[in-house]
Amino acid sequence: MSRLKRIARNQHGVQPLGGGHALCQGCGAPAIVRTVLSSIETPVIVVNATGCLEVATSRYPITAWNVPWMHTAFENTAAVASGIEAAYKALKRRGTIPGGDKDVTIVAFGGDGGTYDIGLQALSGALERGHRFLYVCYDNGAYMNTGIQRSGATPYGADTTTSPVGSVSLGKLQQRKDLTAIAAAHHIPFVGQSSGARWQDLSSKVERAVAMDGPAFLNVMSNCPLGWGHESRVGLDVMKAAQDSLFWPLYEVVNGEYKLSYRPRKVIPVVDFLKMQRRFAHLFKPGNEALLVAIQEQVESEWRKLLRLCDEPVTELPVVKPTEEAEQAEAPVGAAA
Amino acid sequence: MPVKTQEGAQLLTGGEAVAYAMAQIDPDVFPVYPITPQTPIIQTFAKLASNGKTTTEIVNVESEHSAMSAAVGSAMAGARTMTATSSQGLALMAEVVYIAAGMRAPIVMAVGNRALSAPLNIHCDHSDSMMIRDSGVIQIFAESVQEAYDHAVMATRIAEHPDVMLPVLVCQDGFTLTHSEEPLVLTPDEDVKAFAGKYKVPLPLLDVDEVTTKGIFALQDYYTELRYQMNAAMESAKTVIADVFAEYSQLVDRPFSMLEEYELEGAEKVVFLMGSTAGTIKDVVDELRAEGEKVGLLRLVSYRPFPVEAIRKALAGVKEVIVLDRSDAPGSVPSLHAEMAAALYGSGIDLRAHVFGLGGRELVPAEGRAIFAGEAPTHVALRS
Ligand SMILES: Cc1ncc(C[n+]2csc(CCOP(=O)(O)OP(=O)(O)O)c2C)c(N)n1
Ligand code: SF4
Ligand SMILES: [Mg+2]
Repeated sequence: MSRLKRIARNQHGVQPLGGGHALCQGCGAPAIVRTVLSSIETPVIVVNATGCLEVATSRYPITAWNVPWMHTAFENTAAVASGIEAAYKALKRRGTIPGGDKDVTIVAFGGDGGTYDIGLQALSGALERGHRFLYVCYDNGAYMNTGIQRSGATPYGADTTTSPVGSVSLGKLQQRKDLTAIAAAHHIPFVGQSSGARWQDLSSKVERAVAMDGPAFLNVMSNCPLGWGHESRVGLDVMKAAQDSLFWPLYEVVNGEYKLSYRPRKVIPVVDFLKMQRRFAHLFKPGNEALLVAIQEQVESEWRKLLRLCDEPVTELPVVKPTEEAEQAEAPVGAAA
Repeated sequence: MPVKTQEGAQLLTGGEAVAYAMAQIDPDVFPVYPITPQTPIIQTFAKLASNGKTTTEIVNVESEHSAMSAAVGSAMAGARTMTATSSQGLALMAEVVYIAAGMRAPIVMAVGNRALSAPLNIHCDHSDSMMIRDSGVIQIFAESVQEAYDHAVMATRIAEHPDVMLPVLVCQDGFTLTHSEEPLVLTPDEDVKAFAGKYKVPLPLLDVDEVTTKGIFALQDYYTELRYQMNAAMESAKTVIADVFAEYSQLVDRPFSMLEEYELEGAEKVVFLMGSTAGTIKDVVDELRAEGEKVGLLRLVSYRPFPVEAIRKALAGVKEVIVLDRSDAPGSVPSLHAEMAAALYGSGIDLRAHVFGLGGRELVPAEGRAIFAGEAPTHVALRS
């Protein structure tokens, strides 16, 4: 059966996350959630951190969830999942699972804020303890729900409401942290990096992740029209550009073995990704060329490191001239007003 | 005076005793993180588990915030869940304590009460419990090791009662009880198990055929109504606690009450407090009574729910109530003082109040006498 058919079948005629939620048009999160949950064969139990996904899907007395779902707070989602998993183990052992013993898969969703930053300790603890669950970080690179504040995942140079661009400021001037690497450092069975624009990649990673007897972590790029500053309709293109420019590579670490999932046939310059988004528009102003060069170099150096980890040939990258690109770049394509 | 022990009594610390009660109930899940003076509770429990006394899933989490979070997850999933903490641990949990109450997760938590930093201090006062006083959790305070044990046996029945469904904190004074051996009688395993019964929450998350959305987002239109239900549950808890206390009292032949009345018959001056210090005050009351003074003690067992009607009834005819808070409230008056002022409003009873025992400073009988005599400073514990 094709993957698409299987995903459709797993929805049993009901979307795990139904329509009628209040996420923005073009938001990357709901498609990621549906792809993840529909790629799992067993019944699922979903745990959700505070953030856009949670707030927009669970406003009492309405719910968009057609699967068991629970939220408690912002920073503790991995700990809550640990508790659910412990309950499942205990009741399974005692033969007292309510409604009878079934295989279930526990899936946690947290935004980058709830995962890279405030929830990092709970995540680390849960990964270290070895609970069997899948944690999916939908990474849109800022605290979107509270109004686009910077997070540890916000890329270098991005304009956010707490790292605003001004006459003496160029946005966030720190590198984003590499959470996927941090997760991999826990020596758990499965760690993967995927993208909301690559549903096949995401779906196949989920399948492998939930087959593991232990914790699995997925870091998934999730576009945000509002926070990134692009038109709703171009979200997938923006994320695809992140893969094709090597800005957000797709790979997995299975039992410590790194494997590259996607190698673009034609690598595009990072500016092609940046210029699609209002949050980077200021980088294209004359005088900021050095920043674009620095970003390109950073991406290339990370990519080479990844290739070495994946035991892939470190081939020459196409020579990109960011300055030239910058000059060519008009107003950011599809940038939101 | 030789300690009179009941037949079959044995020596255990409060920490060991409460852990023993928990192990007898044999909960499904026990997520915990160590902190003094709670450590004897989790260590004893772990030891009992390592010898097969319980088959509980112990989750040694990486913080108290995660302990309470895992507890909420586990309880909502459908598993009987217990935890234990003190002081900074309870402070770190505070956010999730509110959530546990709001989500109506009937978790039982053993607390060894301890002062809050700064300065860092590991000894008893009640500041930690006071910090979460309005969270919607039930808080029951013991005077002795025996009582702490008995409360721990009864707590699940209160927490899990369909009219309540709130977390219950079984509180005992750090070190004074958690680390002090006292003779106590343990209830037989079968009786404890039968008394506790089976865990049953409506619509557990693990029942995947009954799809529910838990931990919802409720705004101006529903938040008040949902919070109001917690008040109703606390009100019901007054009856449930009384019923559970009475039923267990029958089983073990010891009296239990949300409010202990000691020498209130004809009393004119009554001390009102919680916890182990009641033992000292009882001795002082005995001395003063022998000297012909009309004094008594009213000990609060159930801090939440606060049994205001029962308090008014117990104090009818009393001239003066002296409230002793084992926590401070810089800038205002501490909890028991304020709540007793409200409870006694219009009754014509005079009210005096002292803060005592901060950071483990013991209240000695001479201070008890000074308190009754009206000679103690506001902060009793500030006296050298
Ligand atoms: C302890 C705590 N601190 C802060 C908040 C406020 N808050 C709620 S959601 C959120 C941002 C969420 O960001 P992220 O996890 O990236 O998810 P997104 O909204 O971007 O999807 C913040 C800061 C909170 N709810 N709890
Ligand atoms: S603000 Fe961004 S992340 Fe939040 S719902 Fe809208 S598009 Fe999605
Ligand atoms: Mg975010």
